[in-house]
Amino acid sequence: MSVLDSKIPSGPLADKWTKHKNEINLVNPANKRNIDVIVVGTGLAGGSAAATLAELGYNVKTFCYQDSPRRAHSIAAQGGINASKNYQGDGDSDYRLFYDTVKGGDYRSREANVYRLAEVSGNIIDQCVAQGVPFAREYGGLLDNRSFGGVLVSRTFYAKGQTGQQLLLGAYSAMNRQINRGKIQSFTRHEMMDLVLVDGKARGIIARDMVTGEIQKHSAHAVVLASGGYGNVFFLSTNAMGSNVMAAWRAHKRGAYFANPCYTQIHPTCIPVSGDHQSKLTLMSESLRNDGRIWVPKKKEDAIAIREGRLKPTDLSEEERDYYLERRYPAFGNLVPRDVASRAAKERCDAGFGVNKTGEAVFLDFASAIERYGKEKAFTSGHKNASKEEITRLGKEVVEAKYGNLFQMYQKIVDQNPYETPMMIYPAVHYTMGGLWVDYNLQTTIPGCYAAGEANFSDHGANRLGASALMQGLADGYFVLPYTIGDYLSNDIRTGAISTDLPEFAEAEKNVKDKIDRLMKASGKHSVDHYHKKLGKIMWNKCGMARNAQGLQEALEEIKALREDFWKNVKVTGKAETKNAELEKAGRVADFLELGELFAKDALHRNESCGGHFREEYQTEEGEALRDDENFKYVAAWEYTGDPREAKLHKEDLVFDNIELKTRSYK
Amino acid sequence: MKLTLKIWRQDGANTKGKMVDYPIDGIEGDMSFLEMLDVLNEELVAKGEEPVEFDHDCREGICGSCSLQINGEPHGPDRLITTCQLHMRSFNDGDTITIEPFRANAFPVIKDLIVDRTAFDRIQQAGGYVSVNTSGNTIDANSIPVNKHNADDSFNAATCIGCGACVAACKNASAMLFTSAKVSQYALLPQGRVEAVDRVQAMVRQMDEEGFGNCSNTGACELECPKGISLENIARMNREYLSANAKG
Repeated sequence: MSVLDSKIPSGPLADKWTKHKNEINLVNPANKRNIDVIVVGTGLAGGSAAATLAELGYNVKTFCYQDSPRRAHSIAAQGGINASKNYQGDGDSDYRLFYDTVKGGDYRSREANVYRLAEVSGNIIDQCVAQGVPFAREYGGLLDNRSFGGVLVSRTFYAKGQTGQQLLLGAYSAMNRQINRGKIQSFTRHEMMDLVLVDGKARGIIARDMVTGEIQKHSAHAVVLASGGYGNVFFLSTNAMGSNVMAAWRAHKRGAYFANPCYTQIHPTCIPVSGDHQSKLTLMSESLRNDGRIWVPKKKEDAIAIREGRLKPTDLSEEERDYYLERRYPAFGNLVPRDVASRAAKERCDAGFGVNKTGEAVFLDFASAIERYGKEKAFTSGHKNASKEEITRLGKEVVEAKYGNLFQMYQKIVDQNPYETPMMIYPAVHYTMGGLWVDYNLQTTIPGCYAAGEANFSDHGANRLGASALMQGLADGYFVLPYTIGDYLSNDIRTGAISTDLPEFAEAEKNVKDKIDRLMKASGKHSVDHYHKKLGKIMWNKCGMARNAQGLQEALEEIKALREDFWKNVKVTGKAETKNAELEKAGRVADFLELGELFAKDALHRNESCGGHFREEYQTEEGEALRDDENFKYVAAWEYTGDPREAKLHKEDLVFDNIELKTRSYK
Repeated sequence: MKLTLKIWRQDGANTKGKMVDYPIDGIEGDMSFLEMLDVLNEELVAKGEEPVEFDHDCREGICGSCSLQINGEPHGPDRLITTCQLHMRSFNDGDTITIEPFRANAFPVIKDLIVDRTAFDRIQQAGGYVSVNTSGNTIDANSIPVNKHNADDSFNAATCIGCGACVAACKNASAMLFTSAKVSQYALLPQGRVEAVDRVQAMVRQMDEEGFGNCSNTGACELECPKGISLENIARMNREYLSANAKG
């Protein structure tokens, strides 16, 4: 019998959430004033949770490492947010959104959570519009939609290529309203260094003031971790430079189980790596796949000629191009889910058809979209016999209106004009579906410690669909957690303020200070980045888009050796008592060096391919992922036992009552 | 490329700073400006010196963390980009590049090139929101139609990333472009009209209290803004402010 209790409410799928809300305990408004909640991270999940909890009456403290809550990395999400509004009348419904998400996740997510997500999705849009989020609109004044990968309806709401920014500024404005009311205390340039447990319950955190270096104790009745994902374990990813796993990992070391760490999303449309100096990768929104067609040359000699600069992509005729997604997946074409698109790009490049200097890139071409839109525009504006030049000019205008900022971003980085020549793209680490294990209430295995947004594992299974991260972050923060946390806090109405003088706080503080001391006193041979880059290489080569048992075994050993070397020989300059970027990085890399090992262990134990986890040993003859539902239809939740290698596996069996498990097909 | 960097070094808010010269070699045009600083910092760490502290995070021009006054211009010589999107191909071999923090009384230096921009947060806290509860019990999104033109203008104002370049570009260190962008976002939407009077008064009051200077319409802010936030927003805020005061 598993120790994991998912606490999924009984009853029919569509009634579970309503029933649960009716049955859980509430805290009366007067008592809420006596209860403190800490929220770590101020992105979509943390920002919206903090605002809503404060609005309900709890005293909230928020922590973020950035200089303002508004800069959390949710801000970089480009394309959109899904909701089952069915404004387009194309047959969308809560069930369809639920179905697409479970299927997109390759049947490795929890049905009840996903259905709840679909159920509240429409409400998110209502909420955001009421807050003044300026979504894109049609000429009639109503909201516009577009399509994303893995679905056959138009359910994505957007604000040009800055949807994440606009939604985050919405949550930030809701936070500001509560800060102005004195209900939220916002700690910026602060990093959570440890979780404090008293009598087995989460009762506070140890934080470092990143400006003064002061180690602080903060107490609360519950702690919400909304600190994002761990994609930076790969060094190169589309995550922000500061994105890290510290809060979640230190909670893991205090007893919170870490679920499915090997489920990583490699996003198909990113700007390819240009050289060794590269510090991060830049995503080009998936929305581009609405209009861009992905291809490589049909003939190897053409690919080589392009790599060597002897041939231009625009020199190749239609017949000489291989639109491989349209060829392999006629039903979904360029809009297959991310994992499928990424693997297909890797397959072509590995086979020698890749296009930029490194041979690791494919084309994303807008020429036919420009022509199609140009014709339409010319026709509707009365030019029935427009010239080719006229059509191209009008088409470029339409494409610019849709994707202007993305094209500008591309041009700035690559120094090529994507209106004239196809973009070059390649997959890059983007999002992590794994995270802290949570039950239906979003509570981790530590009572009083909750996880929301990308920091938890719950809704995306083994692969996340586009425009679903924003949806999940806001659903957790605005609509789920503020309800479910009340059930737990209803037991705390007589507890009174938690004292930071308790010995548990002193112990955790000492733990943090000792760790910082060790980092400052290491021998000082290699910089922090030296280790981070090495770890990234191991992860990308052996735990990346395709994995096999031998590579994962090697990764386990190499990461362990690298970690030991790090603690002996890392070089941290400066002092611990001031602003010190090297020390900040060192703390984060130390955690990545542990997480990486658990990651490899999880990937090695999962002897199947599913979603973003592709094991070369388990594939169909056509090279598609081969799931093993009989043996692996479960969530792998790992318990920390002192060494990532020795983590103990707990299984939460996934039950599918409402969806028939099938081989995922986008053909 | 071989370059000479002249960089502002300052230990903390209460210590005196100075410009320090750093020669650097092996810089490629494909590197971003911040990657060039990464290279310098790796060299400093190797020598056992403290690396140069600077704010940065997303490195794709959207979070608003990065700043830097490069050769006297916020975010450097190119238009419509942030420092993290600036590439070294914009410079030539042998160039000397001056790198300073954003200068303004309301943005005190924290360390080296990092400044404290929390004054911007406090302006937003004073009224940069719609007072609607986040409980989700609100009307259907499409029951509030918004004229597309206004929606687009509102969105354009809302794309401000709060980096502070407008303040750094202004000889008076005025925050009018920043504040007016937020005021405009809401003023252009029906959802924001309800509190328009109180909002503009509260935000302008806070802006003045923070010690930002006055606007003298030179337009440097608009020119240097990485997101192309328009001066029209300042005109709109002035109208909103005057009419709010007339209403009392």
